[in-house]
Amino acid sequence: MASEKIKTLTDADFGDSVKNGVVLVDFWATWCAPCRRLAPTVDQLAEEYNGRITVAKVDIDENPMTPGKFMVRGIPTLLLFKDGALKETVVGLETKDKLAQLIDKHL
Amino acid sequence: MSSDRQVIIIGSGPAGLTAALYAARANLKPLVIEGIEAGGQLMLTTMVENWPGYRDGIMGPDLMTELRAQAERFGAEIIQGDVTAVELSKRPFTVSLGKTQYLAQTLIVATGASAKWLDLGVDKKLSGRGVSTCATCDGFFFKGRPVAVIGGGDTAMEEAIYLSKLATSVTVIHRRDLLRASKVMQDKALSIPNISFIWNTEVVDIKDVDKGEVTSLVLRNIQTGERSELAVDGVFIGIGHVPNTALFSGQLAMHDNGYLKTHDGSRTSVSGVFAAGDVQDHVYRQAVTAAGSGCMAAIDAERFLSGTLHESSALHGAPA
Repeated sequence: MASEKIKTLTDADFGDSVKNGVVLVDFWATWCAPCRRLAPTVDQLAEEYNGRITVAKVDIDENPMTPGKFMVRGIPTLLLFKDGALKETVVGLETKDKLAQLIDKHL
Repeated sequence: MSSDRQVIIIGSGPAGLTAALYAARANLKPLVIEGIEAGGQLMLTTMVENWPGYRDGIMGPDLMTELRAQAERFGAEIIQGDVTAVELSKRPFTVSLGKTQYLAQTLIVATGASAKWLDLGVDKKLSGRGVSTCATCDGFFFKGRPVAVIGGGDTAMEEAIYLSKLATSVTVIHRRDLLRASKVMQDKALSIPNISFIWNTEVVDIKDVDKGEVTSLVLRNIQTGERSELAVDGVFIGIGHVPNTALFSGQLAMHDNGYLKTHDGSRTSVSGVFAAGDVQDHVYRQAVTAAGSGCMAAIDAERFLSGTLHESSALHGAPA
């Protein structure tokens, strides 16, 4: 089960949701096997950084606009925003330690 | 530091999980460290039609889910994480995951192989921006667009066939004038109208890094040296695999191509360390051969622990 600390974003609310603070967004789809592999790592980050950053997910099947806008052409892709600006892009699988280092750079 | 394990298995593809199944049933309480590509290459495939016992085939991820549950049923412990270092100069061996360390009396290396990239540099820069090694993951983004597949083996044909249902056209670019793929896959790919082939040709550049997306490929005919450009929105690389052996560099003997050397079954150059699956097999590379060698490694580890594995080879000892 996904952590309840993870927000689900849509095309409608995406822009407003990444405006403030550090937001890590996981672009995924139900049929994407590597996305399922990455999910527990994203869950753990949501727990560990609870209150300090926002961790969110976008289902690309239901929300085609947002991945198009940020030129996401493969999943899983993680985008890290700070105060609305895109700071980091991680394509494919990555370890929790490496992702934590990326997040820490922007805190 | 946690207490000694009888067996630690690195990797969770068909080799690692079959080793775990056998080791668990031998009551060795194996610890499996699944790795960043948990489940292995089968997690990225669709229908597996050559795994014995499934006459209608089985989906790769479903097969791995079953195998994992089967190993766990007999007591295998499977943990997330990617091994960062191993120390094989003395037993018990040390296996590190960042700051966490595990000790093992025996080790089974089943780290497999990962998709090979082109040696262009640009392909990695455009990864997730139109360059992919996984059609089932990223094909979705190329619905109604032209794509290319690089390679002539089974992987490339599987990607081309999958993509032909989504993309407007699939152009397969191959360095030779003959496919290496199995007859079944060749026939399937050659019969699909929107798959075309460019022979004797290599990719020398992918455009456009500045735009941050794929717009075209620069091709070079190997026989004539003639260059051309092919406009595509996506390119899928299916040129084979490289073994995941960097962790063992200087500690386990390897062939020139980086695959681990094994002898007398699954033994490596270090006594008590065994290898199974694609990490030591650049010849067969099948799910079922990986599983078979995983079984061999577990039996060898069990015999080693009980003192009944006969040391027969001069290779035993320090890495070659």
